[in-house]
Amino acid sequence: MRRFSLGTLLSEAFKGHQGWERQWRSPEPKPAYDVVIVGGGGHGLATAYYLAKEHGLANVAVLEKAWIGGGNTGRNTTIIRSNYLQEESAAIYEHAVKLWEGLSRELNYNVMFSQRGVMMLAHNTHDVQSLRRHVYANRLVGIDNEWLTPDEAKRFCPALNTSPDIRYPVVGAALQRRGGVARHDAVAWGYARAADALGVDIIENCEVVGFQRDAGGAVAGVETSKGEIAATRVGVVAAGHTNVVMARAGLRMPLESFPLQALVSEPIKPVFPCVVMSNTVHAYISQSDKGELVIGAGTDQYVSYSQRGGLHIATHTLEAICELFPQFSRLRMLRNWGGIVDVTPDRSPIIGRTPIEGLFVNCGWGTGGFKATPGSGHVFAHTIATGEPHAINAPFTLDRFRTGRLIDEAAAAAVAH
Amino acid sequence: MLLLDCPYCGRRPEIEFRCGGEAHIARPPEPGTIGDAAWGEFLFYRTSPKGVHAERWLHVHGCRRWFNALRDTMSDKIIATYPMGTPRPALPEAGP
Repeated sequence: MRRFSLGTLLSEAFKGHQGWERQWRSPEPKPAYDVVIVGGGGHGLATAYYLAKEHGLANVAVLEKAWIGGGNTGRNTTIIRSNYLQEESAAIYEHAVKLWEGLSRELNYNVMFSQRGVMMLAHNTHDVQSLRRHVYANRLVGIDNEWLTPDEAKRFCPALNTSPDIRYPVVGAALQRRGGVARHDAVAWGYARAADALGVDIIENCEVVGFQRDAGGAVAGVETSKGEIAATRVGVVAAGHTNVVMARAGLRMPLESFPLQALVSEPIKPVFPCVVMSNTVHAYISQSDKGELVIGAGTDQYVSYSQRGGLHIATHTLEAICELFPQFSRLRMLRNWGGIVDVTPDRSPIIGRTPIEGLFVNCGWGTGGFKATPGSGHVFAHTIATGEPHAINAPFTLDRFRTGRLIDEAAAAAVAH
Repeated sequence: MLLLDCPYCGRRPEIEFRCGGEAHIARPPEPGTIGDAAWGEFLFYRTSPKGVHAERWLHVHGCRRWFNALRDTMSDKIIATYPMGTPRPALPEAGP
């Protein structure tokens, strides 16, 4: 891997930028690997990177049925925060935020992580109580989160309409200043480049269609559209298609897959300095460095793999955006798309072992997985390499849907998050 | 937006309905005797197929009655709707 630096940039500038090489190889699959990761999104690539970097397992393949970062990694609204209510959730998302803070340097790739602050709005008494509870809970575990009055919220985000006359007036806000956004494609590419440099094979257009088992029932390999690949450890990180992949191993999962939508406006000059979220009116918005307003809408109410959602879902969000930011009502929307998110009953992920020996799963991130990418990959790599969960992902077992030890962010957030 | 054929009211837009998730899941008659794994299966495990899905819908802004629907989760096309208590209909023959 040729490292990026001011020196290489300058030398390339004098050579017309003709000398840049491909950032990762495009190898044919080998007959066998130590570990196979199914799914080449951010979480899968991060898992492969940390397997190679921290656990010395470089004989690793990432199998992606289409192209890397083409699923939910490239479809989310890039929001990063760790202000979750439950201690288990706060721990894993904060683990991720701490990795985000050093990620560009770690990968030698600019993921454009910008800690511009994530502000969550309160519109009624319930919101105030709930968000203040989040603030207190977060501060008790050492995560920054603070309460703002409407005037303070307006100062932090001047575009916000804090008039008392709107349908759902802003009565306060919780602000996590260390929250922010990152460039989601760069996260996939940065991890791919760094993992490839450590010897990981990234194999695109390679769909896993079946699993091979040995006489004892343990995983022996995968059957793919590019032939059979032997591996005694397989990690499935397939987001919305986890159900489909796991069914090929004969396992049912406590997951449902829903379409989640996002949309972007035409690009405008910088007008929006932070991330604003409102669960009550269901809107979240930030401005990308290109100038587009990035807007997240909700999920459809029914199971679907169509990668597009109902127009009324996006309309509902845009109505909320136009009430909170009336000046944006003049903007045209450029693109609208959907991704398929895998949602667990308690809205917390599943990271760990499965009933099949050697088969591991990292799924159930629902509508909020992007923010966890580095932390998720880090603890999942630990789980695969050692066979035991990291302390941070130990509570996020599949078995909790048998024992009842849920991590109930569904009740905590009252909405998809 | 989907158009759903309510068995009682006829064809109406999706915003009049609430989806109630997978259909034909029977509550175990003796929950105390079946063990944690089977109870967890009943509470939390869902099929979520890539293909035909049987699901419950409530016509909440209409007749307020429940019914079932078969829908293709790839195309979101509604294949059939049928009243509660009736068995899942056979799939129609694939057309040209």
